[in-house]
Amino acid sequence: MAILELKQVSKLFGPHAEQGLKLLKEGWTKEKLAKEKHITVGVNQVSFDIQQGEIFVIMGLSGSGKSTLVRMLNRLIEPNGGQILVHGKDLLKMNKEQLRHVRRKTISMVFQKFALFPHRTVIENVEYGLEIQKVDKRERSKKAAEALELVGLKGWENKMPDELSGGMQQRVGLARALANDPEVLLMDEAFSALDPLIRRDMQDELLDLQEKMKKTIVFITHDLDEALRIGDRIALMRDGAVVQIGTPEEIMIHPANGYVERFVEDVDLSKVLTASHVMRRPETIALDRGPRVALELMREIGISNLFVIDRSKKLLGVITAEDASAAAKNQQTLNDILITDVPYVAPDRMIHELFEMSSSSKLPLAVVDDQHRLLGVIVRGALLGALAGGIELEGREEHAAEAATL
Amino acid sequence: MLPKLPLSDWIQHIVDWMSAHLGGLFTGISTVIEGIVDFFANIFLLPHPFLFIVILGAIAYYAGRLPLALFSMFGFLLIYDLGYWTQTMNSLALVITSGIISIVLGIPIGIWCAYRKSVSRIVVPLLDFMQTMPAFVYLLPAVTFFSLGVVPGVISSVIFAIPPTIRLTRLGIMQVSGELVEAAEAFGSTPAQKLFKVQLPLSLPTVMAGVNQTIMLSLSMVVIASMIGAQGIGSEVYRAVTQLQIGKGFEAGIVVVILAIVLDRLSQNLIKPKAGRNRRRAA
Repeated sequence: MAILELKQVSKLFGPHAEQGLKLLKEGWTKEKLAKEKHITVGVNQVSFDIQQGEIFVIMGLSGSGKSTLVRMLNRLIEPNGGQILVHGKDLLKMNKEQLRHVRRKTISMVFQKFALFPHRTVIENVEYGLEIQKVDKRERSKKAAEALELVGLKGWENKMPDELSGGMQQRVGLARALANDPEVLLMDEAFSALDPLIRRDMQDELLDLQEKMKKTIVFITHDLDEALRIGDRIALMRDGAVVQIGTPEEIMIHPANGYVERFVEDVDLSKVLTASHVMRRPETIALDRGPRVALELMREIGISNLFVIDRSKKLLGVITAEDASAAAKNQQTLNDILITDVPYVAPDRMIHELFEMSSSSKLPLAVVDDQHRLLGVIVRGALLGALAGGIELEGREEHAAEAATL
Repeated sequence: MLPKLPLSDWIQHIVDWMSAHLGGLFTGISTVIEGIVDFFANIFLLPHPFLFIVILGAIAYYAGRLPLALFSMFGFLLIYDLGYWTQTMNSLALVITSGIISIVLGIPIGIWCAYRKSVSRIVVPLLDFMQTMPAFVYLLPAVTFFSLGVVPGVISSVIFAIPPTIRLTRLGIMQVSGELVEAAEAFGSTPAQKLFKVQLPLSLPTVMAGVNQTIMLSLSMVVIASMIGAQGIGSEVYRAVTQLQIGKGFEAGIVVVILAIVLDRLSQNLIKPKAGRNRRRAA
């Protein structure tokens, strides 16, 4: 269900912004408007829906309009045109009282430079949103303490913000936004001011929190790695317009245009692609077949090992061509030569975590689901191929589907 | 030849018209101000000077520092010893009154200026005018409107002393980081909540610097105000100067200096300890 719907939302800066909007709709370019009318287009007719419970990342370089866009979602900046629907109600038509209600109950914000009130203690900062709603003192202390515990800052209630490290300050910022129990969190480059290791921790914690709290999060960032890591969907912005919206995979694998392509070019693919992207259809055999059948199958397909599964597709082990030919001579069954110690991974493992496993084993990696059913296999070549960018999304899905029906 | 602009006639007419038609208003203002000054003077003169000195010492100690407490007590003891107690208390009442009026008017005007550029465009040049126009010049219309005595003294002190409070309040509010104001708004603060919970507390040090300047400037008007009949230590200085009594002049001058130092240090420190206590509690 869409919790936020944006329809043709625009923001223009400069004199006669209203007129500029009309010209923009008539097809004037940004450059022409800037040159002839001295109007800067901040956000250019952006439309998209944000679904309940998703992490929606708005990603773009500085000047792309992403910060302006997020500030229009709670009307810190007034749009010049368009509609922003919150639960179907137009935010832009609300009076001040209704807008305050939305800001207090529905949409909270976390800021890039934390924006903690320096004259208030940590807990007083977290209480702020409740305090201005005139929530009873005891009640709001309780809620604030809960929010602080949630972000791991129990025991720091009475410190002043400037006594905390950057990472901790932003946890306070997060707790302050969570204390109101809003449905939507707007996070404006919330982790950009933190150093990389802390930023990584905060991303993980945000994902953990999201698992527990199921908020809708609108996350602004200029860091593609961050976007790919935490986003359920990503909207890529350039020059005030949305260039592409999609899941991280879609954006990586099918860039909508040259701009997105150049953008994603430098991304470390090994941190985006998962085991399920690079796995191939497994060649399998049932355990009750003889070694000669297995040998024949391998010869036919041109591979040197076969995965053995039971009727419910559970992975039992692997047999190699070498063992099979020995078994054929010695009258052994497949059971005798079955190697059960097969390296296996879950389908959502990032491929950068697979290199070491893959290189320390002669056998291909098995990809199994949580019931240990074989979904696919990963050969070393596929890992390298994926990094070189030679991967097809549809192809992957076909393989996965086949693997599942085998 | 360029004909002379009859500016002085115009101003004379305006002043005449005002004193003819707004007399009731001026009488009202006069009564209120006189009441406030008398109120403070009576309070200051109520306790025995020694008790006053002890109370002052306690306040100075609370404001943070033992040296300040010692200096205040010693200084006021000297004033008492030199025999200027009543005059000093009268002057103190005048300074406190004009200080309070300046703060009560100046802080809201400063806030208004910070919120609206159009207001500040009008007010800022007006402040320049008020501060640079020689004080003697508006002493005269003040006397015309309010007759001789302490009231025109207070009025001219306010005119002369209010600009720093307005300027620094405006500056303080404008200096509060935009992101903090955004944060206050993003959580659904009403304009009053934003002002009183975020903007004013954060600009307090700057506002207090303005208040401190205002108090010092209104003290510097004490001598000038004595020329139009405001009783106090200023009239002692004025009399000594006109009668060429160098020794007496210095005596009265030193009293003004003591009063100035005590008022300055007190007004600087009375606000600060609160932030300091917060910090200590937090650490």
